[in-house]
Amino acid sequence: MRKNVLVLISLIIVLILAQLSKSLDPYFYQILLFFGINTILAVSLNLINGFTGQFSIGHAGFMAAGGYLSAALSVYQGEKIINYLAFLPKDFAQGLVFFVFVLIGGIFAGLLGILIGIPTLRLKGDYLAIATLGFGEIIRVIIYNMEIVGGPRGFPGIPKYTDITWVAFWSFICILVVYRLIHSSHGRVIISIREDETASEAMGVNTTFYKVFSFSVGAFFAGIAGGLFAHYLMMLHPSSFTFMRSVEILLMIVLGGLGSITGSVFGAFVLTVLPEALRGFAHLRLIIYSLALIIMMLVKPLGLMGNKEVSLYRLIKKFAKDRE
Amino acid sequence: MDVLKVKNLSCAFGGLMAVSDLSFEVNKNEILGIIGPNGAGKTTVFNLITGFYLPLKGDIIFKGKNIVGLKPYQITRLGIARTFQNPRLFKKLTVLENVMIATHINYDASLLDSLLLTKRYLLEESKQREKAEELLDFFGLYRRKDEIAENLPYGEQRKLEIARALATGPELLLLDEPAAGMNLSESLELVNLISLIREKFDLTILLIEHHMEVVMNICERIIVLDFGMKIAEGTPEEVKNNPRVIEAYLGKEVKGVIH
Repeated sequence: MRKNVLVLISLIIVLILAQLSKSLDPYFYQILLFFGINTILAVSLNLINGFTGQFSIGHAGFMAAGGYLSAALSVYQGEKIINYLAFLPKDFAQGLVFFVFVLIGGIFAGLLGILIGIPTLRLKGDYLAIATLGFGEIIRVIIYNMEIVGGPRGFPGIPKYTDITWVAFWSFICILVVYRLIHSSHGRVIISIREDETASEAMGVNTTFYKVFSFSVGAFFAGIAGGLFAHYLMMLHPSSFTFMRSVEILLMIVLGGLGSITGSVFGAFVLTVLPEALRGFAHLRLIIYSLALIIMMLVKPLGLMGNKEVSLYRLIKKFAKDRE
Repeated sequence: MDVLKVKNLSCAFGGLMAVSDLSFEVNKNEILGIIGPNGAGKTTVFNLITGFYLPLKGDIIFKGKNIVGLKPYQITRLGIARTFQNPRLFKKLTVLENVMIATHINYDASLLDSLLLTKRYLLEESKQREKAEELLDFFGLYRRKDEIAENLPYGEQRKLEIARALATGPELLLLDEPAAGMNLSESLELVNLISLIREKFDLTILLIEHHMEVVMNICERIIVLDFGMKIAEGTPEEVKNNPRVIEAYLGKEVKGVIH
């Protein structure tokens, strides 16, 4: 109970901070916002790859599915529904509708995760990676051929509902859900699948269920991130969701450390800021990028955080101990 | 009364009959040993009973229910737990976590409970922890509970694996070479431990073992396998003097050849 109150208080603090950051320079504001979206993507992919140990690289596909669905709802149904809700203050009605649409996009991506997870999660390692990559591409190609969402021309005219507060809110929820999941018995079971699937099965764990479950939770949050992305850019194009996008998310969690939530947040931060910092060396950017990763893998193959977490509580305790 | 009844069980890998037409039963609270030369199909029998392999034909009846075709986790939930020939611990997790994962079968808090930290979640978590700590205490591993499993000495890893199997609350425990890699005094300690857990947890135990001092000391009955077939069955005394067993282990005496 007390912990829940603490969580609520920290959520409010995060939202206030987000609100305050609106006065930032628009450039930094945008970087901060993308950092938030990338955090959702990285933390949710880490649930699949880092904690469950199922190597998936189809995350961009789920992001596209959630993004396109929520965008289509906004474009084709948004006005109508907001008019129905005329008895509410306009901003509130808009926020409510946006929340529900993004949620629907997420749920759709989650269901898609179940659908794709059931056949593919029988595979292991490289085979699973290739299968998820294939499914990610299939989703993208389907969108490419859907006239109703613009197909190859892109999908314009999406209302701009996303702001930093929404992104902060969803990142907070995503981290909270993954954190609490991992620290419950269900989470320990999920980690045991990563450690030794056979032993896990012998301990009475329905490994198929838990693998599909964590895959679909990961897909759900990717869908949420897609919805936020769509309503910020106001325009979607299938080329935003290629294989490269999935790899980028994968890099964040590998850099931060598979199996570390704080590591994923950190990885998302680095890979959002680094390309901007290297903007001056446009043509060298990708080279520096890859060099950084190679060095990283040589020096710290487990990622910056390994599978450890940064904990404020532990830091304070350590600090207090050092002082004694 | 038999807890487990295996009837005409056969299993083949390609053209090789790993187990052929094997029948035996395990009585309540008995310790039954399975011995046999390398490659005789002992571990295959375990994998068949626990659902990791599907038999070609035959029935496996546990407490009156045919369990052929069930998934391994379903079989564990019915009350059959096992250990592995090479310990398969969750290496990077702590000793306590290893055991807690095995108690998940009886965990009664939903995902929503754990997201909202409800009372039920807190209760279930502490119940799980208590049960795991109790087991570790029984195995003398309590002081090691926060260590990473792979850092334990080998003998303790084997003990932890047995503790973990017991955490699933089995009636029938399958031990696959629990004394492998142990010296004589360690194996004798293990013999004591196995008798002790049988009493305390009211278990029936099926045991594969190469260490004869373990098998002869502890098993009430022994089955001998060779090339997937049962070649002998009986008390340790009977089996020890059975000519076919001696032949399988040591080869046949050929008369009239000068060495």
